[in-house]
Amino acid sequence: MSLLTVEALDARHGLLQAVRGISFTVTAGETVALVGANGAGKTTLLRAIAGAHPLSGGRVTLDGADLAGVPAHRRAALGLALVPEGRRLFAQLTVEENLLLARAAGRRGPWTLETVLGAFPMLQPRRHARAGTLSGGEQQAAAIGRALMTNPRVLLLDEVSLGLAPLAVARVYASLATLIAAGTTIVLVEQDLTRTLATADRILCVLEGQILAEGPAADMTRERITAAYFGLHRDAAGQGGAA
Amino acid sequence: MILLNQLIQGVLLGGYYALIACGLAFMFSVMRIINLAHGSLAVLAAFALWVLADRYDIPPFLGLLIVVPGMAALGWPLQRFVLQRSARGGMLIPILATFGLAVVIDNALFEAFGADTRSLAPYIDTLAYDSWSITDDITIGRLAALTFAVAVIELGGLQLFLARTPLGRAIRATAEDPDTVGLVGVNARAVNAAATAIAMATLAIAGAFLGMRATFDPYAGAQQLVFAFEATVIGGAGSLWGTLAGGVVIGVAQTLGAQISPQGFLLAGHIVFLLVLFARVSGFAAALRARVR
Repeated sequence: MSLLTVEALDARHGLLQAVRGISFTVTAGETVALVGANGAGKTTLLRAIAGAHPLSGGRVTLDGADLAGVPAHRRAALGLALVPEGRRLFAQLTVEENLLLARAAGRRGPWTLETVLGAFPMLQPRRHARAGTLSGGEQQAAAIGRALMTNPRVLLLDEVSLGLAPLAVARVYASLATLIAAGTTIVLVEQDLTRTLATADRILCVLEGQILAEGPAADMTRERITAAYFGLHRDAAGQGGAA
Repeated sequence: MILLNQLIQGVLLGGYYALIACGLAFMFSVMRIINLAHGSLAVLAAFALWVLADRYDIPPFLGLLIVVPGMAALGWPLQRFVLQRSARGGMLIPILATFGLAVVIDNALFEAFGADTRSLAPYIDTLAYDSWSITDDITIGRLAALTFAVAVIELGGLQLFLARTPLGRAIRATAEDPDTVGLVGVNARAVNAAATAIAMATLAIAGAFLGMRATFDPYAGAQQLVFAFEATVIGGAGSLWGTLAGGVVIGVAQTLGAQISPQGFLLAGHIVFLLVLFARVSGFAAALRARVR
């Protein structure tokens, strides 16, 4: 039973068509990863799903409800939460204020200020610090925590390891593993292939705004992903995806 | 002693300037919009209070119970149809749009009320001229003291509201990154509408004190805008306590300037404003140079 459905989604940046007719579904409890080079359209795709970027075609449905014309803040209230690329914390607000802000989505559930701080213990001592003063890893944890505070049904994660020290990446992924074990539905954009293969149930390879290959993480080899990543043997990769 | 008296009067006068600057500073810090209709809207509020007092015998302080929500309600269409639409066109368009709005308000008031100068002072009994004599040289006007007290309460209250309440938090977050607040469920448009309503409510209070302490006519808005603007800039845009300090600096400069020469009153305020502005700009340039090196 699919929770999130994306059908023939098109999105543009002016004349540039960043996403070209992408379709996929995500079932409840699944972790889906989008893999692709910079500029492949992954970030635009996630932003379009979250309502932060306009669609120029296609549709997004959450649990059967069409999200056309639903603004981002209403989507958050319906249970879609995006952890944006670059984290986008409110630097002048404290960590606690950043987290509490997400109560505006009006969704109650297991994630409260206390449980989020429990899941990201490194935030506990920094809760009254301005978010702008946090380290990269702490900021990423705060950004994920802020998204969790909306008690989302689907968590969209954009480049959570970008710009982080390896140790911080390991910590963020350790936290993600807990979320996944708890049955959170996740759509993940990640550059780090090893992390992706270890974390995701299913992998979609995106190139130039289209899905080139798709399959369970267990069946995807590094070679197949790399081929799709660079657009090499486009046909081979495409057929592999269909098989 | 005369100097001390001037200082005290200047500080109290600064309270009025802070009151009138409060809404301007608030809107600028929250929405990055410079509202050039600010002074005219304060005069509009003053006229509304005057109509209530003159035609319906409702004294100004009671009239505020009607005019504060009225102005706040006016904030919604102002935000929705003027500010929000013009802000899409960049930083300059809201300035032009609100300038146009100021012209419209001024001339509409002129159409409705003519060129006569009005005041709310006749409707507040002896408050207009009552005072406490502290020493032979120092007397403190009750209205001036009340103005200052209201300024401190209003600015302090707003500061607390921004720091402690969920809406205040949402307003600060929206000011910082209006594109991202939506992702955590905050409706940025509603937040901006609320912020505009708050700014308009402060304008109703400013209009009341404008009318009680002095006179006003349909074209009085521009002068009030200048005071508000100067207090905001001196105080450093973005901090409400800074706005109070900015108002006090102008008030003190004006009363001390008046001591030197009758023309010195307005002149001294403007000169201090320009000096602060130059210091800011050259300080900024120095910081920039230091950074380049």
